[in-house]
Amino acid sequence: MRRLAVRYAALGYLAVVLLAPISMIFWRIEAEGVGKAWSALTEADTVHAFKVTLILAAIAVPLNTIFGVTCALAIVRRRFPGKGLLNAFVDLPLALSPVVVGLSLFLLYGRTGWLGPSINIQVLFALPAMVLATVFVSVPFVAREVVPTLREIGDEQEQAAHTLGASGWQTFWRITLPSIRWAVIYGVVLTTARCLGEYGAVAIVSGGISGRTETATLRVQDYYENLNQAGAYGISLALCGVALVVLAVMTLLKPKEGAA
Amino acid sequence: MIVALPIAALVSSSRSDGWSGFWSSVSSPEAVAALKLTLVVAALVALTNAVSGTLVAWVLVRDEFPGKSVVNALVDLPFALPTIVAGLVTLALYGPDSPVGIHLAFTRAAIYLVLLFVTLPFVVRTVQPVLLELDRTMEEAARSLGARETAVFFRIVLPNVLPGILSGVAMAFARAVGEIGAIVILSGNLPFRTEVASVYVLEQSQSGNATGAAAVAVLLLAISFAVLLLIGAMRRVATRHERA
Amino acid sequence: MSIRVRNVSKRFLNFTALADVSIDVASGSLTALLGPSGSGKSTLLRVIAGLERPDAGTVELDGEDATPLSPQNRGVGFVFQHYAAFKHMTVRDNVAFALKIRKQPRDEIRERVDELLELVQLQGFGHRYPAQLSGGQRQRMALARALAAKPKVLLLDEPFGALDARVRLELRAWLRQLHEETHTTTVFVTHDQEEAMEISDSVVVMNAGRVEQVAPPQVLYDEPVNEFVMSFVGQANRFGDGWVRPHDLQITLDPNGSTREALVERLAHLGHEVRAELVRDDGERLTIQLTRERADQLELASGQIVYVRPTRETIF
Repeated sequence: MRRLAVRYAALGYLAVVLLAPISMIFWRIEAEGVGKAWSALTEADTVHAFKVTLILAAIAVPLNTIFGVTCALAIVRRRFPGKGLLNAFVDLPLALSPVVVGLSLFLLYGRTGWLGPSINIQVLFALPAMVLATVFVSVPFVAREVVPTLREIGDEQEQAAHTLGASGWQTFWRITLPSIRWAVIYGVVLTTARCLGEYGAVAIVSGGISGRTETATLRVQDYYENLNQAGAYGISLALCGVALVVLAVMTLLKPKEGAA
Repeated sequence: MIVALPIAALVSSSRSDGWSGFWSSVSSPEAVAALKLTLVVAALVALTNAVSGTLVAWVLVRDEFPGKSVVNALVDLPFALPTIVAGLVTLALYGPDSPVGIHLAFTRAAIYLVLLFVTLPFVVRTVQPVLLELDRTMEEAARSLGARETAVFFRIVLPNVLPGILSGVAMAFARAVGEIGAIVILSGNLPFRTEVASVYVLEQSQSGNATGAAAVAVLLLAISFAVLLLIGAMRRVATRHERA
Repeated sequence: MSIRVRNVSKRFLNFTALADVSIDVASGSLTALLGPSGSGKSTLLRVIAGLERPDAGTVELDGEDATPLSPQNRGVGFVFQHYAAFKHMTVRDNVAFALKIRKQPRDEIRERVDELLELVQLQGFGHRYPAQLSGGQRQRMALARALAAKPKVLLLDEPFGALDARVRLELRAWLRQLHEETHTTTVFVTHDQEEAMEISDSVVVMNAGRVEQVAPPQVLYDEPVNEFVMSFVGQANRFGDGWVRPHDLQITLDPNGSTREALVERLAHLGHEVRAELVRDDGERLTIQLTRERADQLELASGQIVYVRPTRETIF
């Protein structure tokens, strides 16, 4: 009896907080008209916005994957002064507001900033700043997934490989990498989701210029503020679809990641 | 490098008008209102999650029902979904055209609700592994010694799950303080009423007052840091029996 | 408090843990539930405690039907194999738990905890946490905790299984002594027949969910009712159709009538006893136990041919 009450309380909370809002996407598209939503989705500027989002992800994800795995290896397998600091810095973007991230980049590369005047290419209000912002906010994920896995498997296999004559690179490629592959993949999925969903940092550094420096998420806000609800919900539906795919992949990977 | 340099720039430029400039930016009535709102709502959200997150984690670990694995997967949805979408749909649900007749758009309640969505996974995911590893014979021992079910939960389970709850609460709080995407459409950003600190920073930077924005941002950073340290200390107290 | 179990059955999915089990435990006795892994002994103990609900059957405590009662209401004290210590509480708080739940006055609790800590010889450890205690100390704490509310029955589930051999022996003897002093009805589960034989008044031998025999240790040893009990309790040799204990086999250097030939394979000198492993002419292996004097008399050595004959044989 009490067990049922507890169960329904939990499920009820989830239904109200989680499911009800999500279902609004479908409700709204239906209300506004699928046609309107579709035409907004296929508008040139919208397509461009999606392209920008994908480009940012395509740059940030591989960069952070390499960086994440390298950092994880350094944190778990090596001793060096400042290791704790490295660990803290890797985790930092998780605790920071994206707005803070964007603002610091803005100040750094702006006309009156530290680096602004000394760089010739345009950083702010252009792709480079957006890349920097996206990379910054998605730094932690791969490292955070790989570190505990590396710790758990220990370095005995790697030591064995060395005694058998394998070089550092061979050991990494043939021994270490396969043993962490599920953790890396899971981390990549989380990183991708974060990149696709980024708003605050990119909003500050890009200026959100339609057709040039607008991402999909910025475009949602653009549409909404210009009272184009259909467009806003149309993009939202697309993003939600991607999110559900990400979720499904995460669910499939979780047991493998935990068991590795 | 990518991480450290911008932060340093932030801190230094926030003081570019000197300490008095910093102070006046930070103590402007609008800034103060925004900070207060942010911290109060974030605290409420964190506390709510402490209870609801534990509840959901309990049901996911100890209970069995059809569709449980789907529910478990859905808990991660706020991680996967862009926050701007979260704000938009919460607005649709509780806004002017709300199908359920609730009109909370552009209110503080709306901010609270959307942040509940965004922070949902944190406590659940930190409590689940702790619950899974819990030694159930402790609960059986408590029962054999005469403790009723509620006593078993509050005297035995809860103290052992507390470190997990605190970790999740810390992350939820940090997230709630920094959230921008979900709030920017939803709250209407009315100064002194529904403007949160992150939106204030955004607007100040877009209207040219980068220094003022930086000042508030740095203050926010410092407060978050202090709270995180506090929760970390609480965690250490709660686990001192392990290190004894 | 007497315990009466009648026709209890319990299944876990496809596995039958208990099949129509009935036993009586006399008030004030120290009883062992003995059997191999999977015999159902722990399940039976937990059913008596109320930690498992039987699919069928009843449990009576002191003549009253306790089957519908929850573990909170049965007045039993339970000790777990892996201590189940409340790791977030000090030793004192662990021991005091049952009393705090019953909202007894502070000084009474303090007195009783002092009394119990002295009983289990953990005075001075009161303010430590279980993580700071050894296995044996944790189990003594668990015992004190179970005894705090003066239970009418004390139930122990393989209480010494997780401990070192020597600590196990010490605590075993100590449990017997505690029982002598308190006369609480005590039931404990073990797979170690030596343990059961050494301290119990009565042993319940279980196998595959059924009770094979209930008897005092000596009776169990001398008059087993079937092959299982004979071979599980003490050592036994197959001899043709019958079973013979190692000390009931006579060795001679010359054949005589009913003796069989055997080769001495190995001798183990265990203090004042000698254990000999022999292989009979038909390949059957035998274990014989003799005194050192007799072994010296026969000048027993490995590789020697001897002749064996049972002085006492049991046939089922």
